Amino acid sequence: MLTRRHFLAGAAGLSAAAGGLPMPAIGQARPKVVIVGGGAGGASVLRRLVERGNDALDIILVEPQATYTSCFYSNLFLGGFQPLDVLRHDYGAIAKLPGVTLARDAARAVDLAQRRVTLAGGSVLSYDRLVLSPGIDLDYGSVPGWSREAEERMPHAWKAGRQTEILKRQLDAVPDGGLILVIAPPDPYRCPPGPYERVSMMAHALTATGRSRARIVILDPKDRFSKQPLFQQGWEKHYPGMIEWMPPAIHAGIQTVDPSSMTVETGFETYRNADLVNVIPRQTAGRIAIEAGLAGDHLYCPIDPLTMQSRADPAVFVLGDAAIAGDMPKSAFAANSQAQRVAAIIGHELLGGTDGEAAYLNRCWSLIAANDSVFVGGAYRPGPDKIEQVASDISTLEDSAATRRANYEDSAGWYAGLTLDMFG
Amino acid sequence: MALPPARVSMPAEARQGEILEIKALIRHPMETGYRVDSRGQPIPRHIVRRFSVAYDGEEVFRMDLTQGVAANPFIAFSTVATRTGELVFTWEDDRGEVVTVRKSLTVTG
Repeated sequence: MLTRRHFLAGAAGLSAAAGGLPMPAIGQARPKVVIVGGGAGGASVLRRLVERGNDALDIILVEPQATYTSCFYSNLFLGGFQPLDVLRHDYGAIAKLPGVTLARDAARAVDLAQRRVTLAGGSVLSYDRLVLSPGIDLDYGSVPGWSREAEERMPHAWKAGRQTEILKRQLDAVPDGGLILVIAPPDPYRCPPGPYERVSMMAHALTATGRSRARIVILDPKDRFSKQPLFQQGWEKHYPGMIEWMPPAIHAGIQTVDPSSMTVETGFETYRNADLVNVIPRQTAGRIAIEAGLAGDHLYCPIDPLTMQSRADPAVFVLGDAAIAGDMPKSAFAANSQAQRVAAIIGHELLGGTDGEAAYLNRCWSLIAANDSVFVGGAYRPGPDKIEQVASDISTLEDSAATRRANYEDSAGWYAGLTLDMFG
Repeated sequence: MALPPARVSMPAEARQGEILEIKALIRHPMETGYRVDSRGQPIPRHIVRRFSVAYDGEEVFRMDLTQGVAANPFIAFSTVATRTGELVFTWEDDRGEVVTVRKSLTVTG
């Protein structure tokens, strides 16, 4: 079968003048791979490429933060199950890998034609292959009355770090009998079960500290949500009467939020003096990917399901939350799985050897209460137009307590394994 | 802010003859009575049996609820604004608990 990728790889030696995808000629400097974003996508690609090529590639990781705080697992910090330190990882071991350079800076612009990335500090990096794994950006205009300036009073905590700490501090200050509002995001967004695991962890923290008269209202723009029966069963079991989920048919839309008075007005009712308002807004691919023209008319970036190459430019790979990965959700597990594929294709194109098979996996755990963890998982293959789900697995309402506890232990093992895979 | 168990959304003012859209929500488990707990013991039925609305003393809406209704029942209905008065919303459950919400309506024209 002659795919576009095989054609390009075979013709690469001839195609330089025609503007195709040249393989660097022998004797030239090492092929250059620039990776933008040191999260579950970018860091995983980096380590796979180093394993494959040792120092045969010149790899530059562009990441402005010295310390990575994982958004995945951060709900467990909120619930009091993990200290903040567990979420934090530094790039020290990555920086020491052969052929790897760390650019502690943000990418500001991508020039696809010239194959160059300009950094905020002004330096310009050229590349043979570009890996874009910038994660999400938040649409601050998507919730009327909310803004970037309001994120201290009404935190999102959907990008981990300072925001995670603000949310935790506010949760700790909610009085017994207080009111928490969680504004959930529209699809597609990072971590589909995340808002509902977060609510579970808030309820756990409140209950565990003698504040079980507090109430949590979820204002959702969606008619249903990930693992909904599992969450709702768990909420009634562990936190009876504490959590109200309001779909759009009931709340009739968010009219406006006012951070100064902590007011949220919906089509159904107005909540004044709320004790905590967690606004999780609409999300898009990281701005750098959109500004590079890789998203087209979409909020996220279309990719070739076989290779994770951008539909706009086969020298660019987009993975993780920023990509339109078909049936795959936006999760750290998914990004890490896609990273295996990206590294295989880049290794194949720049170093030769096999490109393997495209097979993607995902598994997302959510903790509802102590030792009560549920999961949803899937296996995926490239279809003609998108990555398609070929198998799925989900916790059941009838699970034993031992099963739920084993799920929790699996999730802890996954977190340790993934972060080791990313950071060494 | 404390959140009461039952809330009602309706306009405070209307013109005579105007159709009012009224929405009412109560936080209630609506336990069916068909489930068992982790020790295999049946969980007793606990549902809202009746929801009724009196407008200036006259019943304008009534609904009998069953175990088929999901938790936190949300009920939307309409009535015609006839005169200034109070609407009294009453939920009664099978344990004899009664929750009442009162809303005033001013009718003009």
